[in-house]
Amino acid sequence: MMLSIRQQPFRAAVLVLVWGWLLFLVLAPNLLVVGTSVMTRNPGTFISMPLNLDAYRQLFNPLYLEVFIHSLYMAAMTTLVCLLIGYPFAWALSRVEKRRQMLLIFLLIVPFWTNSLVRTYALKLILATNGLLNQGLMSLGIIDEPAQLLYTEGAVIVGLVYLLLPFMILPLYSVFDDLRQDVLLASHDLGAGRFATFKNVIVPLTLPGVLAGVMLVLLPAMGLFFVPDILGGSRNLLVGNVIKNQFLDARNWPFGAAASIMLTVAMALLMFAHRLSKRRLGEEGA
Amino acid sequence: MTKTLLSLSGISKQFDGKTVVDELSLTIDDGEFITLLGPSGCGKTTLLRMMAGFELPDQGTVTLSGVDITQTPPEERPLNTVFQNYALFPHMSVFDNVAYGLKMEKRPKAEIRERVEEALAMVQLEDFSRRKPHQLSGGQQQRVAIARAVVKRPKMLLLDEPLSALDYKLRRTMQVELKRLQRELGITFVFVTHDQEEALSMSDRIVVLKDGLIQQLGTPREVYERPANVFTARFVGQTNFFPGRVTGIEDKRISVDVFGLNRVLGKPSFRVTTNQPLHVLLRPEDLRVLAPDDTEGVAGKIVERNYKGSTLDSVIELEDGSQVMASEFFDEDDPAFDYSIGEPVRVSWVDGWEWLLAEESDEPLTDEEELAADDAEH
Repeated sequence: MMLSIRQQPFRAAVLVLVWGWLLFLVLAPNLLVVGTSVMTRNPGTFISMPLNLDAYRQLFNPLYLEVFIHSLYMAAMTTLVCLLIGYPFAWALSRVEKRRQMLLIFLLIVPFWTNSLVRTYALKLILATNGLLNQGLMSLGIIDEPAQLLYTEGAVIVGLVYLLLPFMILPLYSVFDDLRQDVLLASHDLGAGRFATFKNVIVPLTLPGVLAGVMLVLLPAMGLFFVPDILGGSRNLLVGNVIKNQFLDARNWPFGAAASIMLTVAMALLMFAHRLSKRRLGEEGA
Repeated sequence: MTKTLLSLSGISKQFDGKTVVDELSLTIDDGEFITLLGPSGCGKTTLLRMMAGFELPDQGTVTLSGVDITQTPPEERPLNTVFQNYALFPHMSVFDNVAYGLKMEKRPKAEIRERVEEALAMVQLEDFSRRKPHQLSGGQQQRVAIARAVVKRPKMLLLDEPLSALDYKLRRTMQVELKRLQRELGITFVFVTHDQEEALSMSDRIVVLKDGLIQQLGTPREVYERPANVFTARFVGQTNFFPGRVTGIEDKRISVDVFGLNRVLGKPSFRVTTNQPLHVLLRPEDLRVLAPDDTEGVAGKIVERNYKGSTLDSVIELEDGSQVMASEFFDEDDPAFDYSIGEPVRVSWVDGWEWLLAEESDEPLTDEEELAADDAEH
């Protein structure tokens, strides 16, 4: 039996709140970004008519294209390193005794309580020319003079991995936790060795977690502009830096908006791939 | 002519210091249907997992066709398992699930196709080969699991409570189907269950287990009609225990006092002495309910009657307060048959239908106590 809104004030309030939230804080800002991206740059009022696609054309300017490709490369490396560390980590985590698992996950989340900007500065102190790492290596006699660690591509990737690793581990942990031991035993029972079981059963069954982790690491990795600001110097820019610069320094709002739409579209494509992989396992509509 | 296929000798297994299987030895013949029967925690599943190679015994050896396979990993053992919850690969179609074992053997494509189709036809699922496991019902998933295990033509099929997740009616159908498969394939089946009815109806031989020890090994008929001890008698089927005391011993017979009644019974295989207390065991279908003025039988009164269609089950309270169950075939023409609750009656049995057991120092729990202990566990 359907109840009218009058009879269910709480239900109505929740619906209004959720829809209101989505409309005013998600849909409207995104529409504004889309709108801005097709307008003309104006030094006085930021944007003005007429509508055009110049900003999108500018995305393919070789200068920016190079920045985007380098940004994608650094984000991809970050994702790869996170995956290489996170996959075995999550696997091992799922095999630990249940009560200890909770403690380990708690420890994984603790760093979130400190602002990521502060943590990035802490990393800067470690990587600096006379920072902890260089001093340690020199006192151990491994190197004679300080190595250039800061303001390199490597430093940016280390910073991104440090900030984003938990986002890779958590979805992977969730799929490993769901992985049933008897399915692995069945694979062995049918004649598959460790490698064949890994390739034919474990990898396909943990793929949704891999894709979720990639989604949560790859795109934020392209947007975390303060990491290159602090650790990377002028040559190792992310898409996030480009967007920030267009809005705050270059005052080219349409181009900044077009660049952020590019990131949103990339995110949507990844989410689509993730959905497809889940459907293949019958986790939806089953 | 039977020959030994698998033998376990002196197998022990401990988990966290708790002994689950205790120096157990067992030989399984080629082509037989053998059931490991026991309550939860009796070690039956651990025993099966050691045959499959998922667990390694702490002590003892496992031999298959004369070859020691104690340390052989599961992927190299020519045995296959049907898991309790099917353990199908959720990301593969039915066809790929069944083909998996053959692909691992690197068989040619044409042969794989032919053998998978044959296996699916055997379990009547040939039209489902392109479905995913989650698109199948529980019974269909179970049949895929069986097809996946038999397609490799193993020497032995290990089945770990394969029917426990199915509803009663489907379970009966699958029992018949499994028996048919075993006959057609001629493969040795090792079947684990806690359901004594299932064990009785399917097995060539039953191994009754408790606390990692074999309580009895025999045909279903032996286990049911001649239980080796009180545990087996209580666990397999329903049994009435009458307290008896030996009053006289002859060559082949003994006299036993049951509630003041003297009965001359066949001499049991164990040693008896005068005045020794005994259990006189009678299955419900072996008891007869008589009118109170009858000269023979033990006096009691009806406390419960259950009409079961083909039989009428009566619970009778005896003089000492203990209760026994009698299950009689319905006979509408017998006017004396229909007793009402509270009516005094006598219960008796035909000489020779009883089974005698010595009293044990550590008598197992009764059904009620066992159920209570089970509840506390979960």
